[in-house]
Amino acid sequence: MPEPPVFASQYVSIPHRDHSAELGMWVFIATEILLFGGLILAYFVYRHAFPQAFAEGSQHTDILIGTINTAVLLTSSFLVAWAVEIFSAATAKIVTWLLVGAACLGLAFIALKGIEYRKEYHEHLIPGIDFQLARPLANGVQLFFVFYLIATAIHAVHMLIGICLLLTLAIISRRAPTTRHHTALHSAALYWHFVDVVWIFLFALIYLPGRAAS
Amino acid sequence: MSEKNYLTTDYTLRSWLLTTDHKRIAILYFASLIFFFFIGGAAATAIRIELATPQADLVSSDIYNRLFTMHGIIMVWFFLIPSIPNTLGNFMVPLMIGARDLAFPRLNLMSWYIFMLGGCTALFAILAGGIDTGWTFYTPFSSLYSNSYVIVAAAGVFIAGFSSILTGLNFIVTIHRLRAPGLTWYRLPLFLWSLYATSVILVLATPVLAITLLLMATERFFGVGIFDPRIGGDPLLFQHLFWFYSHPAVYIMILPGMGVINELISCFSRKPVFGYKFVAWASLAIAGVGFLVWGHHMFVSGQSLIASLVFSFTSFIVAVPSAIKVFNWTATLHKGSLRFDAPMLYALAFIGLFTIGGLTGLFLACLAFDVHATDTYFVVAHFHYIMVGGMVTAYFGGLHYWWPKITGRLYSEYWARTAAILIFFGFNLTFFPQFILGAEGMPRRYHVYPPEFQVWNVLSSGGAVILAVAYLMPLVYLGYSAFFGARAPANPWNAPGLEWQTSSPPPEENFATQPVVTREPYQYNEAFEAEPQNA
Repeated sequence: MPEPPVFASQYVSIPHRDHSAELGMWVFIATEILLFGGLILAYFVYRHAFPQAFAEGSQHTDILIGTINTAVLLTSSFLVAWAVEIFSAATAKIVTWLLVGAACLGLAFIALKGIEYRKEYHEHLIPGIDFQLARPLANGVQLFFVFYLIATAIHAVHMLIGICLLLTLAIISRRAPTTRHHTALHSAALYWHFVDVVWIFLFALIYLPGRAAS
Repeated sequence: MSEKNYLTTDYTLRSWLLTTDHKRIAILYFASLIFFFFIGGAAATAIRIELATPQADLVSSDIYNRLFTMHGIIMVWFFLIPSIPNTLGNFMVPLMIGARDLAFPRLNLMSWYIFMLGGCTALFAILAGGIDTGWTFYTPFSSLYSNSYVIVAAAGVFIAGFSSILTGLNFIVTIHRLRAPGLTWYRLPLFLWSLYATSVILVLATPVLAITLLLMATERFFGVGIFDPRIGGDPLLFQHLFWFYSHPAVYIMILPGMGVINELISCFSRKPVFGYKFVAWASLAIAGVGFLVWGHHMFVSGQSLIASLVFSFTSFIVAVPSAIKVFNWTATLHKGSLRFDAPMLYALAFIGLFTIGGLTGLFLACLAFDVHATDTYFVVAHFHYIMVGGMVTAYFGGLHYWWPKITGRLYSEYWARTAAILIFFGFNLTFFPQFILGAEGMPRRYHVYPPEFQVWNVLSSGGAVILAVAYLMPLVYLGYSAFFGARAPANPWNAPGLEWQTSSPPPEENFATQPVVTREPYQYNEAFEAEPQNA
């Protein structure tokens, strides 16, 4: 039986394939930017309409968990970037552990987010399920929490996909890593960093309004 | 024919459902789209039958709402948007750039499965009882009041959106990275420029629709009032977000058609397309400016006058590149050696119908006129001239032009020309009276109307019968050709494009040897005509 080709027949070389894969991920990220962009635009429209309510809503969030989560996610991105940088057959073991570490930090992020959701549930801040706030700004605060929940939930879905990617790559690169795996890792890393950048924006939009003044 | 081609490599169902060959995936899309086209067409037929008389005699107002919603949703998202890109585009992009496949063949197959999942979800919503919001899902009706399957239908559209995004992504990477040696950007056939522009819109606009539908469905499911004014939400925000996608989506539905017309006009005039670079950049200009015109759907919504003025202005601007194309096609025809084969008849019909649709679009871009024409049949006629007169006609033209390449068979030229002419007359008879109805003030989306509108409605319904027959005809003669037609040569039209340099139908790997491009596109000059063809 003949050896399977190392790259698919529509490509002329391995770098050709790898650059195409990378371009594909960048185009995908462009799509993702518009997905979050639409959401963030809607957020700004309402924040502009109800500045005080959004400031008050923001003060109901837990900035401690939010800040820890930011640090967790940035560290995780750092580990992934490190893994991409040192990737080679000789360093397969370290790469695997770096990716597992990054995935674990991702899971820690999700767990902390869960604790935060639970806390908000007990404070009756989940619109549509249990939202009680006897204040004149209740409507605006409710809108703030709708956006908070939708944005963080979509972000968490992206995180879960990213964690699966990182774990899969960790398993694959344990055995005989090739340039093909390097490309896959590079693309997954781009995605993971993108999810990280989205969080930086969400952090500023969710946790910071109204806090600077107080 | 002893050599294997992509159709004869394997006959099993499994080989079709698991194929990563762009040509077979194009056929999968083609079969699926025919199915959705006839479902959407059946709804249109019911609408036209109801409107033949002023009274409500066929359906109730509620059923009528569900009919036109189903017609809109199926035709927009499950026929027009994927029509040319996913069938002709999927088949032709690698062939026209001299590649063996798209950049990501498995992603291509996955996009078909996602499309089918979305389509089945939408069909389920229809079978379960339908949806009555209109294809635009306007809030607060969709999120608060409608008593129909809004979330299921929106989920179908949401899912199908990912299929669009993946196709767009695949085309962008393919056109950037997989062009044959010597095939520079300015040597690309113009069909590829327009598919590239379409792909940019697919990638950048579709996610906004996804998030918009998600917000609407969240509001409906949890009752959280994102667009509900009672708790501070803004229904207009939904319209802004929706049209930010849906106006560029109009260009998703016309740019590929314009691309096909370039190929047809130049081939059957035996001339290069006049002003190649202008036509190429006009596609990208339409894609770019098309993102800045969405507010013209909202002139009477209560948005600020300043916003309306700006959107009116940008809407006039976006007509410029479209006009450049029409003028350049006309200039291509000038002093050409015209041949009136069936694809050319479709192309000429396209130019006429698109011009009428485009010019009435300029009427509607005028604030003063639009206030009167909003939500009348004038708007219905306008966008059907673009979507059906333009895109569907171009789709049929492209289908006939590339049919010998796709199937390796020839079709009956007589029946093809008859169908093309019937479509042209049936279409005009169906939709031109609707301009008059709209100008006289008949509103859209009603199943009853005052008796003085009946004569135009009867003409329109009569035209729809001709149109329906004309649309069914290709199913018969092309269906016959696919199995019993005469074998087609590799290059039946003597066209210079790369897709004609391989056999008909192409082998699985597209080209026996990697083609190298040494000349500009559309070289219908004396030297080319003198070359031996079909050697």
